[in-house]
Parts: sequence; structure tokens; C-alpha cells
Amino acid sequence: MKVGYYPGCSLEGSASDYGLSVAKAAELLGIELVEIEDWCCCGASAAHSIDHLLSIALPGRNLALARAQGLDQVFAPCAACSNRLISASVEMKASPELRAKVEDVTGMPTGEEVSILNMLDLIQAYGHDELKAKVTRPLEGFKGACYYGCLLVRPPKVVQFDDPEDPQSMERALTAIGATPVDWHFKVECCGAGLTMAKTQVVTRLVREILINAETNGAEAIVVACPLCHQNLDMRQLAVNSQYGENHRLPIYYISELIALALGASPKQVGLDRHFVEARERIASLGASGKG
Amino acid sequence: MERIGVFVCHCGENIGRTVDCPKVSEEAGNIRNVVHSVDYKYMCSDPGQAMIRDAIKEKGLTGVVVAACSPRMHEPTFRRAAADAGVNPFLCEMANIREHCSWVHEDIDAATTKAIDLVRVMVEKVKQNEPLFPIRVPVTKRALVIGGGIAGIQAALDIADGGHEVVLVEKSPSIGGHMAQLSETFPTLDCSQCILTPRMVEVAQHPNITLHVYSEIEEVNGFIGNFEVKIRKKASSVNNALCTGCGACTQVCPAKKIPSEFDAGLGHRTAIYVPFPQAVPNKPVIDRDHCVRFKAAARKGVPVADVTTCGKCFEACPIEPVKAIDFSIEDEFVTEKVGAIVVATGYELYEKEDIGEYGYGKYPDVIDGLQFERLASASGPTGGEIRRPSDGEVPETVVFVQCVGSRDRAKGLTYCSKICCMYTAKHALLYKHKVHHGYAWVFYMDIRSGGKGYDEFVRRAVEEDEVKYIRGRVSRIYPEGKKLVVMGADTLSGEKVRIDADLVVLATAVKPSPGVDSLAQKLGVSYDQYNFLTEAHPKLRPVETASAGVFLAGACQAARDIPDAVAQASGAASKVQVLLSSDELEREPIVAVVDENTCVGCFCCEAVCAYGAVERKEIRDRDGNLIKTLAYVNPGVCQGCGTCVATCRSNSVDLAGYTDKQVFNEIRAL
Amino acid sequence: MTQEISGKACRSLSEELAERADLQVEECYQCGKCTAGCPIADEMDLAPNMVVRLCQLGQREKVLGSKTIWMCAACQTCMTRCPQEFDIAKLMDNLRQMSYREGKVNAGASGVAAFYKAFLDVTKRYGRLSEVGLTAVYKLKRFPKELMNDVFLAPGMMSRNKLHIVPKGIKGASEVGRIIDRCMKESRE
Repeated sequence: MKVGYYPGCSLEGSASDYGLSVAKAAELLGIELVEIEDWCCCGASAAHSIDHLLSIALPGRNLALARAQGLDQVFAPCAACSNRLISASVEMKASPELRAKVEDVTGMPTGEEVSILNMLDLIQAYGHDELKAKVTRPLEGFKGACYYGCLLVRPPKVVQFDDPEDPQSMERALTAIGATPVDWHFKVECCGAGLTMAKTQVVTRLVREILINAETNGAEAIVVACPLCHQNLDMRQLAVNSQYGENHRLPIYYISELIALALGASPKQVGLDRHFVEARERIASLGASGKG
Repeated sequence: MERIGVFVCHCGENIGRTVDCPKVSEEAGNIRNVVHSVDYKYMCSDPGQAMIRDAIKEKGLTGVVVAACSPRMHEPTFRRAAADAGVNPFLCEMANIREHCSWVHEDIDAATTKAIDLVRVMVEKVKQNEPLFPIRVPVTKRALVIGGGIAGIQAALDIADGGHEVVLVEKSPSIGGHMAQLSETFPTLDCSQCILTPRMVEVAQHPNITLHVYSEIEEVNGFIGNFEVKIRKKASSVNNALCTGCGACTQVCPAKKIPSEFDAGLGHRTAIYVPFPQAVPNKPVIDRDHCVRFKAAARKGVPVADVTTCGKCFEACPIEPVKAIDFSIEDEFVTEKVGAIVVATGYELYEKEDIGEYGYGKYPDVIDGLQFERLASASGPTGGEIRRPSDGEVPETVVFVQCVGSRDRAKGLTYCSKICCMYTAKHALLYKHKVHHGYAWVFYMDIRSGGKGYDEFVRRAVEEDEVKYIRGRVSRIYPEGKKLVVMGADTLSGEKVRIDADLVVLATAVKPSPGVDSLAQKLGVSYDQYNFLTEAHPKLRPVETASAGVFLAGACQAARDIPDAVAQASGAASKVQVLLSSDELEREPIVAVVDENTCVGCFCCEAVCAYGAVERKEIRDRDGNLIKTLAYVNPGVCQGCGTCVATCRSNSVDLAGYTDKQVFNEIRAL
Repeated sequence: MTQEISGKACRSLSEELAERADLQVEECYQCGKCTAGCPIADEMDLAPNMVVRLCQLGQREKVLGSKTIWMCAACQTCMTRCPQEFDIAKLMDNLRQMSYREGKVNAGASGVAAFYKAFLDVTKRYGRLSEVGLTAVYKLKRFPKELMNDVFLAPGMMSRNKLHIVPKGIKGASEVGRIIDRCMKESRE
């Protein structure tokens, strides 16, 4: 299986663990990731809050690059990136005028549609049964709360992915690798996203509620498929504790990390040592055979 | 020799301001065969009509053209005037110089020229008109009512009391509909079953009413005054003639955990069951999908006679010598001939299982309105006590959410369901009466309480019973511990609000009953995008449909409460009485006629007729041998649409009143 | 206080929003479901449904100067659940764009706008976002406020290999810079 690959800015920096685990998981699954040459930032929340044309032009440039490289499918592990790429694609398809403006500003033809896959789309495309068949270390006994955040499932008519109120695709992936998804109620509640630096206290308030709901419903970890979700839930968990005088210690895993681990990768290979909240113990306690 | 009279109406300023009527009248006078041509301010007035009658008599007119408004306004008026003067009404035509001329043009000269042309066209047509006589069809003086809820019951009783036979068909095992499930009704808080069951018994005992329960409409043929309806009586496995309704069978049935439809899923019933104690008729039916014996037969792929599993109900039945239970009963078909049909199929509620933000129906303590009625009902699963379905505890805080699914473009139903504001106030009030210390909250967008005593009822809930209303919708409901977190808004104070509830009641949208679309197709009745059946005219003909002889009553047409349903049912019944009061029905003679000399029997007309009006007629020689089969248009069914006329390849069909000759002469006049 | 309602202002704002973003504010019937589900409502000065209401009443300056539009996290919960299918999230986006362009950003939320601007400034330079660069530029813009915020996280990030002090620029960095400049210029016209 071969797909175009758009890592997104954070996978090179603050989400390097995600980047490592994606590469490892792809390697173990036999998926060839063809990185878009000289891809640029997608604009994330900054572009669409400041200027509409810019918010389409930046993803537009990346779509054009992908097309030029002959890629008709692009995998974007970051939910914000995949959301922006899809949104730009959808808007340009609906408005030839907009497409013309984008082509003018970028100086590149955007061409035919490129289909965008988020992390869970990729796993689905690979096949859950096929994934299960390759698992050498099922994560039995691991109880994780699957957290989707906002941009994977909304706006529903644009991303057309899973169910916006009660999605199940991450749960299916978790089940395929032998773990147990937990039923909980904050799957699609916002973590505060891009306000993480300018309004950290909003983020800590929201993150705390997510952590509490996961814990109350029996989760021992939260599983995510987006680097900003991870950063807010993992790195900011310490701030939650100090601000509220509580002691949350919920490790936050990327679904790609868990998949790679289930396929035999070591914690270091997937970047588990790069988390802020200790994440290696739980995996170690699952034992070599995966039981725990 | 034709002698045509032309009467040009000014219609006050409506025509007169834009069309030079005296000029039109003058020019019309110059048309060949026009012997009388005048203009007048208001032709439809008494003096105007007198002018027509007098002119006919004085000038011996053989045809009349009134140049005025649309025939849809006054054609009957002028035709009656002509008839009064002894001229066949179909020799009187109208030229529409108002809607088609003065109302859509401004240039006086051009409009006047056009008006003259329009008059000329109709004069040429009238010259070709033949006298036509109304068609008479016999009327079967029986009525069919489909649906045994309060609307169907009311319609059936009214028609039956009026002296006509009624066949009432109900698809569930008992009549009563949703009203039987209600605890109390607003605004009087009458016990619903107390006011309903006497009517139900009346239906069962009425000599003029034949009741078919557990039955559905299979096929409908015929036309107004002459319907033939095939009814499927589903196999109940119980011989009602023998059964005494003792209930011994229901006591012993081992399949006890089937969710009860009557209790809206909050209680259970057995496989052989009577839906509720006051059911009419009080005879059980066997639900074959859940009966142990029938399921065993289905699993083994053999007829039920070949299995001996269970059979406890049969054993328990005390009837001698032949038991009332008979597993071999099959669906039976009955054909009823009726003259009129009333559709009263009622409603169902929008499924809360479709609402993601409120839990997709997964949370047992998030219930809908009918479920709350069952909790509040003395005959319900909790004996009338408001208790949480999850743990049976009495809820201290109940949140009622209005507009769930209604007025909601995103969920596909843009209409208001009309009854929810009232029944929610009622629910909150009932809860507070039963749980004095409890807290009742209602999330609403607007309060629609337009009936008699309705607004006062809502104010009573607020001012006397401590029901608190919060103006805003609820975005999400999710469980936290034993509670349900309700995230709503109070737009009046501009705040987001959160309430931790013990029980949440959703006022889900009212939708037409399932399957009503296929029933409507069988009846030839139109329905809208929500499957509500369409009335003939939204203002002036609310109980009739565009299909002659088929009437509407109750929620099948639009969401409505009990008083409105009853009123409408009586309205429909009165229309039925009108229909059934004549031995014969008169129909307009604008029907297609087949020229049997040139018809080749290709039956393309039969294929295109939307009303099934084309029949096949055999032409035999004197020895009885078949020469050919021809098309024949039944004048009792034909609606005069003209499709067959256009389709016929041998030009053998013509439309009386709009013959080819008439129409071509109109065109040539231009 | 009494709001001055001007039919002209209502019409003009209504037309402006319809033209720039195909938004028909009259679709909103003020049910409040957006407010009910907004995760940030507690930190906003105007509830989300109030913002729409003020747009309906032509109160352009009030909405462009509100803290709400910048506190909005663009989580899309509001428009996903709106029964009228009114894209309130898109309205918020457009109000941000207008507010920024006209220099009307609310003082209480200026940090957010500064953050987004810093993001774009850094991206202009390197073609991709350098998080170190972003933090540096942002802190500079906010100086002396927030200087010490998150500074304790820096060593943690570094030891975890999550920070690159020297940002890596892409080959097409100047192309990206040009795109950003052009878009920002065009929107001012």
C-alpha cells in the first residue's frame, strides 16, 4: 500500500513522538509513505481566523504539489491539517472562482481532487482484519478512552468522517490490536485547541473535564489521533494538576504508537519516552506477550 | 344557425381600468353569428345575470360567451343563469379577460386588442359546443374508516349514527390509538381512558359498525361512491367467535419479556397478548415473531402444525369442545364495498434513537412523551408513579426538552408539532402533583398554547406548580454517575446553563404513522415530503382530498390535538353523509369518449390513464363471437384530464366539452 | 443600555455577510443551542447566540470588538448541532477576519490575535511553522506579559526532542512568504 504523506509542522517539532510512531507503524504494516516534496504549512487555525483566501491557498499549494507528484491520496496524521486540506478541497470544488483565485495566488494549478486520509482513515483503508492478523503483541487488558477531539469529525458535511456525536473508528482500531475501548462521554468535546498558548487557562479547564470523564468511566489512558489533542492532554496535564491541586496521571497515547507496539515495536522506537505524562509503565506491565 | 350572445363585464375597475369594455363589446358584435353584444359593470350580480337570461329569451340565443373573470370564479354562476333561461349550461363559456388580460397587462390598447381576441376565440369555440348532461353514478351507502384512534372512532360513530354502515379497520389488536396510552388530557386533566373507553365500547356495540382489528388495507379499487376494498385480516391465531376474553392464555405464556408497544417499551407483554386491559375487542392475538411455537417452526423451516413446542396457551384455554386458540389460522381476505373512505391513521413520534447529541436512545432515563404518559398512567408499568426506568427511583429533578426534531432543518422536519408545548406543561404539572418536592424544568423555544384555556393552563403550571421554564435549546445530554447532565442555554439571560437531571423527557416531533405512504398510493391520495396526507385546499377544504370520495381526519393530515382531531373527524363524517345522502352522484360531463368505429384496441390510453378509467369492451357479432376488444372510458371515473386524447394514435378519443373541433376552432380564431 | 437600531445598518451588515461568506443571519431563530454546546462560553463576553443576534440588529462595531469572536476555538460544535443549519462557526471566522483587518481586536483577547499573527509571521519566513520561532515572536509581541509562561516547559520539550532551536526552512519558503503577503494585501482592498 502506498500513499502520499503530509506530516504537518508539529510532527517535526512538538509531536515528534507522533512522527516516529507513524513512521514505525507504516514500516511494520508495509505502507509506503511518499512525503509531498517541499510541503508547506497548512495554515491551521491561524490562517482561517485572519484571512479566508490564505486559509485556502496554503492547503491549495500542498494539494497542487501532491497532484504534481502524481499522488491521488494523501495521508495527513494531524487532524487540523487533514481538516484544512479537506476544507480547501471542498471549497474549491464548489467555487471555480475561488479555485482560480488560489491558482493565481499560488502560481500553481490545483488540478483534480486529491483524497485526504486522516489517521483513522488510513487504518480503515488498510483493513482492521488485516491489522489484527499482523499483531504479535495484542494489548490485552489495556483500557483506553478514544478521544477524537473536534476536527476529525466536524464539520460533518465537510469531513464526512464517522459519526460526529458517537464515532467508533478509533474504537475499532483499538479492538483490532487487542485492547479494550472504554465507553465514555467526552469523545468529541473540544480541548481548547489553538488557544493553548494565548489562553492556557481555558485549555486546562477543558482538559481537566476530559481527563475526569475518562477516569470516571474506567479508562487508564486516553488514545488520540491528533498532535494538538495530544499536546493539550499530555503536556498541559501538569498545568491542570498544579492549577487545580489534583493528581491526574493519565498517559496519552497516539493510536499509531499503540499499533506499532502491538506489531512488535519497542517503546523507544515509537517515542513513548517523549511524553510528559509517564507512558511506558502501562505498556511494560502488559508483558511481552501483551497480557496484563 | 348559431345565435351567440356576448356579455362583457367591467368587473368594476378590475377589468374596466385596463380594458376598454365598450369597445370589446362593439367589436364582438361584428363577429359572424353574434347577434347580441353588451357590456356591463358587474355581470355576476343579480341584474347582470338577469341581462343574460332576458337576452336569451328575447333574442333566442343558442350560445353565450361571458367575457369576465376566470371560469374558476363564476362559470357555475353564468351556467346556472343560462340553464335557468333554458339553454344547456355547457353552451355557455367564459372568456377570461381578467386574470389572463387586465390583471397582467398595463397598456390599454394592447390589452383591449387581446381581450377582443379572447372573446373571438371563445365565440368560435361555443359555435362548436354540444349540449352535455351530467353523468350519474350510483352510490354504495357504506363508508370505510381506516384507523381506530380517536379520530377514526369519532368519524365511524358519526357516520353510523347517521344511519349508514361503517367498516372500521385498525392495524393493531385494539382500537383506541395513542389516546388510550395517555394518562390525562390537557387542559382539563380528564383521565384519557375514562373519556375514551365509552366511545370504544360504543363502536364495538354499534349495529352499524363492522370492526376489523389486527387488519390492514390490502388493495383499493373503484371510485367515489363505488369503492371496492380488499382487507387483510392478519392471522391472530385466536378464533374470536369462540374466545370469551378470559385471559387464561396470557397468564401461562412463557415468552414474558417482550417490550410492550402499549407501554412504549417501558413494560413487557407476552407473545399471546391483549394490548391493555380495556382493549376493544378484548380478544388476544399471538405475536408470531415472538411466540415460542411459531419461532420453532420458522427455525426448522416447517409448518407450525408440525411442531409441538410449548402450546401452553392452547392447554390453558377453557373453551369446549373446540378451543378458541387455533395455530392454523392464516391471514384472511375480506372485500368490502363502500361509497366513501375516511383516512384516520394518526401519528407516531420521532425516534429518539436517531438523536446523537441526546444519546442515540442508549440512556434509559432519557424518555419521550408517550413513555412519560405510561409512567404517569395508573395502568402503566409503575402504577402511576413517576420513577426512573433505570433504577426505579423517584426522580427529584426532571428536565423536559421541547422541540426535539421539530422546527429543525438539520433533522429534516421544519414544522412545529403543535401539541408538545401543551403536553409538556401537562407532564410537568403531573410530575409536580405526584412529586411535590421535585424540580421540573422545561427548555423551550416558544410556547404555543393557542386553544381554549390553553395559555391559562401553561400559566398555571408556572405560577401554581413551580414549573420553571428556560428559553433555549439543549445541546447535549450525557450521563454522569446516576445523573444526566443537560447542557442547555437561557437566551433570555444570555447564559449557557447546566442542569443535572434524574430524568429527561424529550418532546419528540409528531410524524405520520409508518406505512401511510404506501396506503396513500393505494388510495390515490397525495402526501407531502413528511408523509402528511394532502388536503384538497389548505384553507377551505381541510377534510377532503383531491381524490373524490376519500376524506381525512386527525393527525394523518397534520399534527393536532384531540379536540381538533375530533372536530375534524366529525367534519369528515359530515362530508361522507353528504356523499351518501344521494342515491346517485352527479359528475361533470367533461369526460373522454372513445369513437368505437376507429378505435384499434391498442390500449395506450389505458396505460396512460392515471385514474384507471379506461376499461376494455368486447364487441361481438350476433353469434357471440368476439370481433375486437375496444377501449371504453368509464364516465364515472374519468377526470377529464385529456391525457388519453393526446395519446391516442388513431385519434379515436375526444374530450366532451373540449373536442378537437372546439379547440382547433379556438386556435384558428387567432 | 438602549441600542440604536438602524434599518440601514441591519441591511448593510446583512448584505456584507451574505456577500463575503454566503451567510444569511436571518436564518438564526435564536434557539441558543450553539451557546448551550459551546465549550468556551464561560470565558466569552457575549454568548455565541448573542453575537448572531447583534448581527441581526446591525451592531457591527459591537461584534467586531467583542472578546467572544477571538475566544472561539473554532471547534465547530455550534454549527454541527444548529437546527437551522446556520454556519455560526463560519460567521465567527469571518468576524475575526473583519475585526483583524479593521484593527478592532478586543484588548482582552489580543493575545489570541497576536498568536495567530505570530504563527503567520513565522510561517512566512520558513514555509513551515517553527514552534520555537512562534513562541519567540509571540512572546515578543506580548512583551512583557506572558514572558515567563511555559518557560518551564522548554527544558522538558528539549530533552524530549520536541524542540528544534534552529528552524528548518523549506525550499519554497519565499514562495510561501509571497502567498501570505499577497493574500493579506488583497484582503485589505
